[in-house]
Amino acid sequence: MIEIKKLSKWYGKLQVLKDINLSVAEKEVVVIIGASGSGKSTLLRCINFLEKPQKGSITIDGTLIDPKGKNLHLIRQEVGMVFQHFNLFPHKTVMGNVIEGLTQVKKVPFEEAEKEGKLLLEKVGLLDKADSYPSVISGGQKQRVAIARALAMNPKIMLFDEPTSALDPELVGGVLEVMQELAKEGMTMVVVTHEMGFAKEVADRVIYMDEGVIIEEGTPEDIFDNPKQERTKEFLSQIL
Amino acid sequence: MIIHTTTFLSGFEFPWDMSLIPEYFPVFYKPALMTLQITTFGILMGLILGLFAALLRISKFKILSAPARAYIWAIRGTPLLLQLLFIYFGLVNVVDIPRIPAAIIALGIHNGAYIAEIFRGSILAVDRGQREAAYSLGMTPWLAMKRIILPQAFKRSVPPLGNQFIIALKDSSLASAASVPELLLQARQLGSSTFSYMEMLFIAGIYYLIMTTALTFMVGRLEKRLSISDHRV
Repeated sequence: MIEIKKLSKWYGKLQVLKDINLSVAEKEVVVIIGASGSGKSTLLRCINFLEKPQKGSITIDGTLIDPKGKNLHLIRQEVGMVFQHFNLFPHKTVMGNVIEGLTQVKKVPFEEAEKEGKLLLEKVGLLDKADSYPSVISGGQKQRVAIARALAMNPKIMLFDEPTSALDPELVGGVLEVMQELAKEGMTMVVVTHEMGFAKEVADRVIYMDEGVIIEEGTPEDIFDNPKQERTKEFLSQIL
Repeated sequence: MIIHTTTFLSGFEFPWDMSLIPEYFPVFYKPALMTLQITTFGILMGLILGLFAALLRISKFKILSAPARAYIWAIRGTPLLLQLLFIYFGLVNVVDIPRIPAAIIALGIHNGAYIAEIFRGSILAVDRGQREAAYSLGMTPWLAMKRIILPQAFKRSVPPLGNQFIIALKDSSLASAASVPELLLQARQLGSSTFSYMEMLFIAGIYYLIMTTALTFMVGRLEKRLSISDHRV
C-alpha cells in the first residue's frame, strides 16, 4: 500500500531522515515510536508530502508521488491525516468540517455529504455536536471530529501524527477507541504515538526510530518484550 | 492687577457667529454625500486591488511578487495628494480623467497598497496547520486559499480595515485639491465668500465626525457578527 524507498530529508545541513526504506501492506497497522527529534513525525509527514523529502521515492497504492507535485492533491485524497493539534477549521461547524472535503474536493452534493457526515459523526460519537463550532468542544472531541473529517474522504490509508499528545489524560481513551475500531475494520494505518499501550494492543508492526534511522522493527512482542538493539532497550527502559 | 484682568475679559468678544452653523448646516449635505461616494468607491477599489496585490505579494514566484512589492513600495512611499494630482493633472496629456473618477482612482490605488499589507499580514497569521489540514484533504493550493485561509484572514482583517476606512474617509478631503465638490471644498468656498471660515470648517468637522462615528459603529457590529465561531455558547 505504501512503498518508501531510500528516503532522505534535510533541514538545512541537518539530516533528519537517513535513507529510510519502509513498506506498509494493505490493512496493516504500523506504529512508529521514538524520542522527539528522531524523525518519526517527519517521516509520517513525508508520506503525503506535507514535508518534501530531497531524496528517495514514495509510492502510494501503486502511484508514484511526483516530487513536482502534479498529482499530489489526487494522492492526498487517498491518504487521510490526523494532526497532533487537530487543525480543525475554526470558521466551520463540526458538520462543516467533516463534509468540507466531500463538497469541495469530491464535489458531492450537499444533502448527500451531510448524510455521510451524520454517519461519520455517529461513528465517533459526536452527532449531537454537529452544529457546534470547534471552539466549544473538548480536545478529545476535536480529535474525533478530525478523524471523521479525514474518514469522510474515504481514504485508503490513515496517518496519525501523535493524535493524543495534546490531550488531557482523561480524553485520550475516547480517541484511541475510535482508532482501535478503525484498525479492526481493516484500515491501513501509520501511527506516530507515545501511547505504548495502544502500540502493544493494536499494532501489527512496531517501528523504533532514532536519529533519522529505523533502528528496529517487528511485532509488538518483538519490540517490547525482546528488543534486540541496545538503543531500543534503552529507549523502552526510559518510557515504560 | 485685578482691574486689568477684568478690563481684558470685558473687552473679550466671542469672535465667531455660531448662528451661521445651523443656517449653513443643510448646505453641506450634498458635499457630504460626495465625500461618502468617493470614499465608498475608493475603498471598494482599494479592497479589490489590495486582495489582488496581497495574493501576488505572498507568491513564491518572483515574477508575481515583484510587481506587487513595487506597487506597495511606490504608493506607500509617496503622498496621496501627489498621487491625486498625478492622476488628475499629470496624466492630462495622455488621458483626461474627470475630477470625480480621478479622485476615486487615486483613493483606490492609495488604499489598495495599505489594504494589501493588511490582507498579507492576516493571511500569514493563519496557522500553517490550517493549510496542512486543507492539503491533507486533497485541496489544491488555490482551493485551500479560497475555502480555508481567506475566510479566516478576512475575519482578522476587519479591525485594521475599519481603521483604514476611517483614514480613507478623512483622506478623501484631499480631493478638494482637484476641485471635487466634497465637504472640505464646500467649507473653504463658503468660508471665503462669507468670511466665516471657522463656522464653515466647524460644520464640515461635524459631518466628518458623524460619518466616522457611523463607520466605527458598523465595523464594530461586523466584528461582533464574525466572532460567532469564537464564542463559547
